[in-house]
Amino acid sequence: MNVQSIKGLVQPDRVHRAVYTDPALFELELDRIFGRAWLVLGHESQVRNPGDFFTTRMGREPVIVTRHLDGSVRVLINRCAHRGARVCEAAAGTTAEFVCAYHGWTYGTDGRLAGLPLPDGYAQPAGVSVGGGLARVPRVDAYRGFLFASLAEHGPTLAEFLGPLRASFDDFVERAPEGEVEVAGGVFKHAYQGNWKLVLENHNDTVHPAFVHASSIWAARQAPTAEGAYSEIGLRQMLQNGAPWDVWENTGLWVAGYGHSWMADYHDDSRLVAALAHPAFAEYRAALERRLGREGAARVLGELRWNSIVYPSCSFMSQFRQLRIVQPIAVDRTVVSAYSFRLNGAPERMFRDTVAFSNVVNGTASPVLTDDLEVYERTQEGLGARGSDWVFLGRGQGGDRPDREGTLRGRTGTSEIHIRNQLAAWLEYMTAES
Amino acid sequence: MRESADVERRAELEEFLYQEAWLLDQGRFDEWLELYTDDATYWIPLQADQSDPLTTSSIVYDDRRLLEVRVRQFQHPRAHARVPVPRTVHQVGNVRVIESDGRDVRVSSTLCLVEFRRERQRVWGARVEHRLRRTDQGLRIAAKRVDLVNSEAELDGIVCIF
Repeated sequence: MNVQSIKGLVQPDRVHRAVYTDPALFELELDRIFGRAWLVLGHESQVRNPGDFFTTRMGREPVIVTRHLDGSVRVLINRCAHRGARVCEAAAGTTAEFVCAYHGWTYGTDGRLAGLPLPDGYAQPAGVSVGGGLARVPRVDAYRGFLFASLAEHGPTLAEFLGPLRASFDDFVERAPEGEVEVAGGVFKHAYQGNWKLVLENHNDTVHPAFVHASSIWAARQAPTAEGAYSEIGLRQMLQNGAPWDVWENTGLWVAGYGHSWMADYHDDSRLVAALAHPAFAEYRAALERRLGREGAARVLGELRWNSIVYPSCSFMSQFRQLRIVQPIAVDRTVVSAYSFRLNGAPERMFRDTVAFSNVVNGTASPVLTDDLEVYERTQEGLGARGSDWVFLGRGQGGDRPDREGTLRGRTGTSEIHIRNQLAAWLEYMTAES
Repeated sequence: MRESADVERRAELEEFLYQEAWLLDQGRFDEWLELYTDDATYWIPLQADQSDPLTTSSIVYDDRRLLEVRVRQFQHPRAHARVPVPRTVHQVGNVRVIESDGRDVRVSSTLCLVEFRRERQRVWGARVEHRLRRTDQGLRIAAKRVDLVNSEAELDGIVCIF
């Protein structure tokens, strides 16, 4: 597919269905989008000490993220330099070396070939022939503890890539009384038979909750209230999905370069945090004030960001410390890994709310999430139809207006500006020469 | 004498588990819910050998209120992931009485579940533990824990009740 024909797929208010269904385009996306962009891999707390590692994917590449002996974070392609077998099977752990199961080739936590059997049997040292060891992902960086990597040798710096979206990460970390967060509480891995874009488009879509989540809103409205009960936070979130239209219209929705976007002014703590009236919340606020002062703490708690999208790989939200990493498996298959974070220095009760929230929002059997997954699958099936080739994205078009730091803001929170912005970035990646 | 009392009690516990499975396979969710005490918990851990539902996420960790929401959701005409309700067969086996403290009795079992919905059949395997309580209404479930063998896998959405 040439550049001209790709350009015809994305128009100001519509996109061709092939963008979601064509396997050839998907392969090109893995090269040109997932092979170029900074992808979110995880958080430094997952590799706190030398020898710590976890495995994940970058597009089609299986990778190992390690903390090397010198303290640096390395991202290695999980493929033996000899015959190609994966050298690390564990999801996470601590090790001094990676030993290939096939012929025992052994690599350090920086990927360097450290040993192999019968080393004299080669015309020149085997390490030289294979380029030194495991292939390295060329660019690795971090922002506020969140780990990123890019498969491209060259491109924008991480700071340039994130732009104003950095403030969403700042907000995430600043909420911790010790100014630090850590991954905790396990990871959900939920999958659906649909294209990877569908989940990223949905996380800033404020019109869908009333329809997709109608049944959980209805069921939660009949539940008796029980202030302080374990289930309260989950039920509140189900009810919040049924907020009246003016709440969604007044939600802020911003977009930035590279396809990023975020929502704000949707929830405030008084509407949602189950612990607000709980002594633990007062304790948390006091701990935050010790670090930031009264005004600083009020400023942090007054920042009301909801989902932030780091295109093309991540969606996260600070208020309940959730981060979801989107992995494309096939044109019609996607896996989303959902992590919870602990606010270091906050009362344990805050983390229990995070876990309870995560079960209801990101749990594989959640009354909320399962309806999202169902609709992604129905969308994918519908887009396979040839009766109509176009997906309409006109909501709010013409009302987008420039805002601070080079962002655009949707006319209202129900605009589809974030989807148009994601597809503009998609087009830029897909048609750029390098 | 003692031996025959044990046999009778065991038969009663087994029959109770079969009855629970039957209600689920018949889609009689309201009657199924009646088997649970008001302070019951229904737990499907995320991790193998997970010890705590409050500091680690769970595929499901429902108190009675959330369990009622889960069941009520099936009745809504636009419960997209639940209409049609999955057809299921719950096969309960390897029933063992682990422990009795006079008030509650812990019973372990295995579950094979075959589920069919929207042209797709899925098979589940789980180790199950019930904490059963004798009440004025008969035996009731005070806690149920379902350890899916693939709980840590990449999983499509789950709507059936185990």
